[in-house]
Amino acid sequence: MKMKKALALVLSASLIAGVFTGCAKKGGEQGGTQPKSNVKIGMVTDQGGLGDKSFNDSAYEGLKRIEKDFGVKPDVLQSKQQENYEPNLTQLGQRDDLTFAIGFLMEGSLKNVAQKMPDKKFAIIDAVVDLPNVMSITFKEEEGSFLMGVIAGKMTKTNKVGFIGGIDMPLIQKFEAGFVAGVKAVNPQAAEGLMNRSTVKYAGSFTDSNKGYELAKALYNDGCDVVYHASGAVGLGLFKAAKEMKKWAIGVDQDQAETAPDFKDVILSSMIKRVDVGTYTASKNLIEGNFKAGHMVLGLKEDGVGYAPTTKNNTPADVIALVDKYAQAIKDGKITVPEKIEDVKNFTAPEVK
Amino acid sequence: MANGSIPVVVALLAATFRLATPLIFAALGGVISERSGVVNIGLEGIMIVGAFFAVYGSSLTGNPWVGLLFAVISGALVAAIHAVLSINLKADQTVSGVAINLFAGALTSFLIFKLFGRQGQTDGVAALPYPTEAMAKIPVIGPFLAELNWFVFMAIILVFVVHYVLYYTPLGLRIRAVGEHPKAADTLGINVYKIRYLCVIMSGVFAGLGGATLSIGVMNLFREGMVSGRGFIALAAMIFGNWKPFGAMGASFLFAFAQAFEILAQKFGWALPTEAYLAFPYILTMLALAGFVGKTTPPAADGVPYNKGER
Repeated sequence: MKMKKALALVLSASLIAGVFTGCAKKGGEQGGTQPKSNVKIGMVTDQGGLGDKSFNDSAYEGLKRIEKDFGVKPDVLQSKQQENYEPNLTQLGQRDDLTFAIGFLMEGSLKNVAQKMPDKKFAIIDAVVDLPNVMSITFKEEEGSFLMGVIAGKMTKTNKVGFIGGIDMPLIQKFEAGFVAGVKAVNPQAAEGLMNRSTVKYAGSFTDSNKGYELAKALYNDGCDVVYHASGAVGLGLFKAAKEMKKWAIGVDQDQAETAPDFKDVILSSMIKRVDVGTYTASKNLIEGNFKAGHMVLGLKEDGVGYAPTTKNNTPADVIALVDKYAQAIKDGKITVPEKIEDVKNFTAPEVK
Repeated sequence: MANGSIPVVVALLAATFRLATPLIFAALGGVISERSGVVNIGLEGIMIVGAFFAVYGSSLTGNPWVGLLFAVISGALVAAIHAVLSINLKADQTVSGVAINLFAGALTSFLIFKLFGRQGQTDGVAALPYPTEAMAKIPVIGPFLAELNWFVFMAIILVFVVHYVLYYTPLGLRIRAVGEHPKAADTLGINVYKIRYLCVIMSGVFAGLGGATLSIGVMNLFREGMVSGRGFIALAAMIFGNWKPFGAMGASFLFAFAQAFEILAQKFGWALPTEAYLAFPYILTMLALAGFVGKTTPPAADGVPYNKGER
């Protein structure tokens, strides 16, 4: 019986240990340039953590540029689960002047922490927290998505274009609205299916790649030959289906032709979100003494969104030239991209030459 | 295949078969385990582990069939933990299953980092090859067959095999006896522990195959969260199917059909909130369960640890 108890203990201990293994922290690299500023800047990642080749890496990229330009070393804590957000933010809040919370999931935690430490500065990506010591950084996803729409509208041969969303909520609808407006600007016929939502599908998930595969197969089989997604890992299924059926897909958030290199032959372009521009700008403002709480919205004009550098691999130069013209028109304020689906119906783009 | 599209009915049918396959595997695993009297709600976790190791095996050797083998072995190993905990140590089987589900998520997330040096998802690997073009040339049913993958055939064949073993072989009789009345079986000289070990480990093999379907059958990589609760749906399909192989297959097909239909129906552009479409498979399953299936009866000794020598 004793043996059995011991065995039970060992087994349950190993199960528990398994749960915690994910929490191991990576040590920061030492050395670097001589600090020129004595401001301290910290950053709390969400569960993706450093190395996610997405959001968190991009945010860190901005802080690394700050280190290069101003000699301020970033102080990073990684969150392995949502329960870590508040302790991590508190810890960095105590020792740093400015703390970044990466991702809208941290909205509630940041609110609590920032209220408790009114003399410290905070910044959050992709959410709006209305406090006197918090800067909220969001992006005009609809503007980047508009450019993807221009590419899709020009590249489709069947005049049918599809969209796959993760969860049907305002943030994702911004992608949808911008994309549909972009298609409508260059190819009104291809935008019809998108506007009555017959070529729009939502997965109800951001992780179920197999569902994405089925959604994409249904769209392609329905005659679409270009599909854009804003659905996280669901989009991996889209790429797989595109590869099998030899159709085009468009990626999101990062340059997916680089983060998912197996599929680079079917990825026309990716809408990229420059989180690094957000973290860099906020940090620079603080170092130079003009940090302001409030809401910073980064669009095409601020270089906060754009198209991926690998676009040129699969998209012809004349299409890219047209995309650049539309981007310029948006920057100049000649085009205001709708961010709500209802507004797309009344949207007409001025002729761009 | 690149040229033109296939009729909607064929697409719907093929999607149903593809979506049902991982559920059939896992539900079969559930049937085998529970028929011998061990509740296994760790199916989800075993699928996760199987999905990961299928990719790891394929990436290690470049051969997806080795990946398949890895999935089977890793599934069996995780199930063996459940077997030791619930058969020898008489732990609460539900708790042990939950532990496996938690453990699997953390383990794979850690291993992606250790073995692939990245987070959240693995690199792309060789997926199980499928002769799409050759299949498409088969008369009449060719276009349908071309849309499938090998796992679909494996799953359906295994349903027949498990049915045969459970109902037409001495081993099957023993398994059912152990699940219904272990003491009686023991008195007749059947080794209850041995049978239960075998069944729980086999359930791991099946759930591992279900995981591999997702990672190297349909996709060619592993991504955290890709199993997305299919292990739990499979558990429901097993109950829905009254702990019988064909019942479990039918239930899996019904759910998969509802999901395939939901995907298709989104194109009709009905003025419904997206959530209504997404809820459809679950509602249909509940209605079917409430209206047509009636009472389901689990094996009498399901979930009860067996104490040899206890009166």
